[in-house]
Amino acid sequence: MAKLLEVSGLTTSFRTERGPVMAVDSVSFDVDAGETLAIVGESGSGKSVSALSLMRLIPNPPGEIVAGSVMFEGQDLLKITEAEMRAVRGDRIAMIFQEPMTSLNPSLTVGMQVGEPVMLHRGASWKAALERAGELLARVRIPDARSRVDAYPHQFSGGMRQRAMIAMALACQPKLIIADEPTTALDVTVQSQILSLLKELTRETGAALILITHDLGVVARYADRVSVMYAGRVVETGTARDIYKRPQHPYTQGLMACVPRLDQVLGRRLVPIDGQPPDLTRLPPGCAFAPRCGWVTERCLQERPSLDPVGNGHLKACFVDVDARVGEHV
Amino acid sequence: MSAVVQAAQVLPTQRGPVVDFFIRLFREKPLGAIGFVVVLLFLFCGIFADVIAPYGMNQISPANRLKPPSARFWLGTDHLGRDMFSRLLYGAQLSVIIGFAAATLATVISVLLGIVTGYLGGKVDLVIQRMVDAWMSFPDLIILIVVVSVLGPGMPQVIFVLGLVFGIGGSRIVRGAVVSVRENMYVHAAQSMGASTARILLQHILPNILPPVIVLFTTRVGAVILVESGLSFLGFGVPPPAPTWGGLLSGSGRTYMYMAPWLALAPGLCITIVVYAINVLGDAMRDLLDPRMRGSR
Repeated sequence: MAKLLEVSGLTTSFRTERGPVMAVDSVSFDVDAGETLAIVGESGSGKSVSALSLMRLIPNPPGEIVAGSVMFEGQDLLKITEAEMRAVRGDRIAMIFQEPMTSLNPSLTVGMQVGEPVMLHRGASWKAALERAGELLARVRIPDARSRVDAYPHQFSGGMRQRAMIAMALACQPKLIIADEPTTALDVTVQSQILSLLKELTRETGAALILITHDLGVVARYADRVSVMYAGRVVETGTARDIYKRPQHPYTQGLMACVPRLDQVLGRRLVPIDGQPPDLTRLPPGCAFAPRCGWVTERCLQERPSLDPVGNGHLKACFVDVDARVGEHV
Repeated sequence: MSAVVQAAQVLPTQRGPVVDFFIRLFREKPLGAIGFVVVLLFLFCGIFADVIAPYGMNQISPANRLKPPSARFWLGTDHLGRDMFSRLLYGAQLSVIIGFAAATLATVISVLLGIVTGYLGGKVDLVIQRMVDAWMSFPDLIILIVVVSVLGPGMPQVIFVLGLVFGIGGSRIVRGAVVSVRENMYVHAAQSMGASTARILLQHILPNILPPVIVLFTTRVGAVILVESGLSFLGFGVPPPAPTWGGLLSGSGRTYMYMAPWLALAPGLCITIVVYAINVLGDAMRDLLDPRMRGSR
């Protein structure tokens, strides 16, 4: 069966004063219906730009999608017209942004905004849209939802606003929801509520979820599969279990080593990854992670590793057979 | 019982934003509030001039020429024996009509130009705003005089020209507001929902640039009245015998300044007070409507 979404070779470049920057470089990933894919990486690794690219929301200029294809339900989203794309956005693919405090328009009521997609894509009347907004707000467990329809965003807390954003995303029962760091600006307790809600609602509606995050704890709890990004490229993809149990790429291993775990030996220090995230305008010719890698070889500096399978649907972009060399590393 | 009282206190007050605005105006901006009262008075005089005025606009009384202020003629009479108080009231009417019509036209032009160039950006922005630059490099009065000379004097022409001149200049302010609102997350969120450009402009940008637009409109009313007085003074405005304030000042006011100083004093003071009141009100509104000042009581 064909995948719901298949992104391949997606490349987005931004013009800057210091020349073009490939914020997203030949990125490929896919999502099955009902599946949760986490895209993980540090700031500037191209997670958000990948998501915006597949929604065709990259501001041009300075940004431009230069290559690749985004097959969604058998249709290449990069080849359809802007009007056709508008019909996809919010209806079949919805997006949730990272800043609930600013993602809602302060001068419109919450109900008007949550109901807007229904008006846009289903041609609903104001009355019907507000009615639906009430149902949706109740569904994301905003207490007293019917009366909250007429509230303004400033009367909502951060968690409630993010719930409202989720309600808005669910309005047209999309096949795919992209959540771009949906919990970054929220308290830890609210974070887990929001993510559990999101997960539960996607399970109920059968929507697939792309969860963009830098929080590996979130990934472990909510993702089925994981793609790890570094410097605009996907460096490792696999099931969440495999990525945790047997990370194959040195970068992924480095990430795992610097996350505190409840089951680790007390007093053990966290191991940070040496060096700085790379400057995208001056990437090395070989592997982008090579300057920070503990297992770097001559080949890593000259040649770019491709994303190759290592078995069981697990892919990595690294020349080094990490498992075989584990003993050597201090 | 006490729980109910507490809950009632915790709930935010259910005042509308407009009521809230006026309460804050009177509480925090006494000068602005005075300006507001003066503007209301001015509007009242303008709208009900026909009812309040004791004499007709051009009612001549040769027997009572150049009379000083008295119980019969509150502000004296001019060289044709016309009652100055009545003429000032009709002048207020003209000022209200020209001020509001031209400021409305100016605001519509500013919003249209500003919202399109600000939101679309890129080449459209560059081309249109360079044209605005070119337009703004001419002194307003020169453009006004040239256009009125071509079209001939008259109220519709004056409204049109003032609206155009102030509208094009004001588009810069609207554009600035749009550029800062455009980058807000909710605009991106609306795009990600599949909203069209027109819808984003109307639903998501326009309501959020309203505060500066309201202030722009208010200050434009004052500026239009002032410039219209200037034009009428120079003889390019609404032609006599229509009693515009600027015309009153230049006609009988200037000619008989030494014999009957009240003829110049009254319209001069009217222009000064009304324009000052509108500007003070505009200032107060800008402070109160500025989101950064909100809650800083």
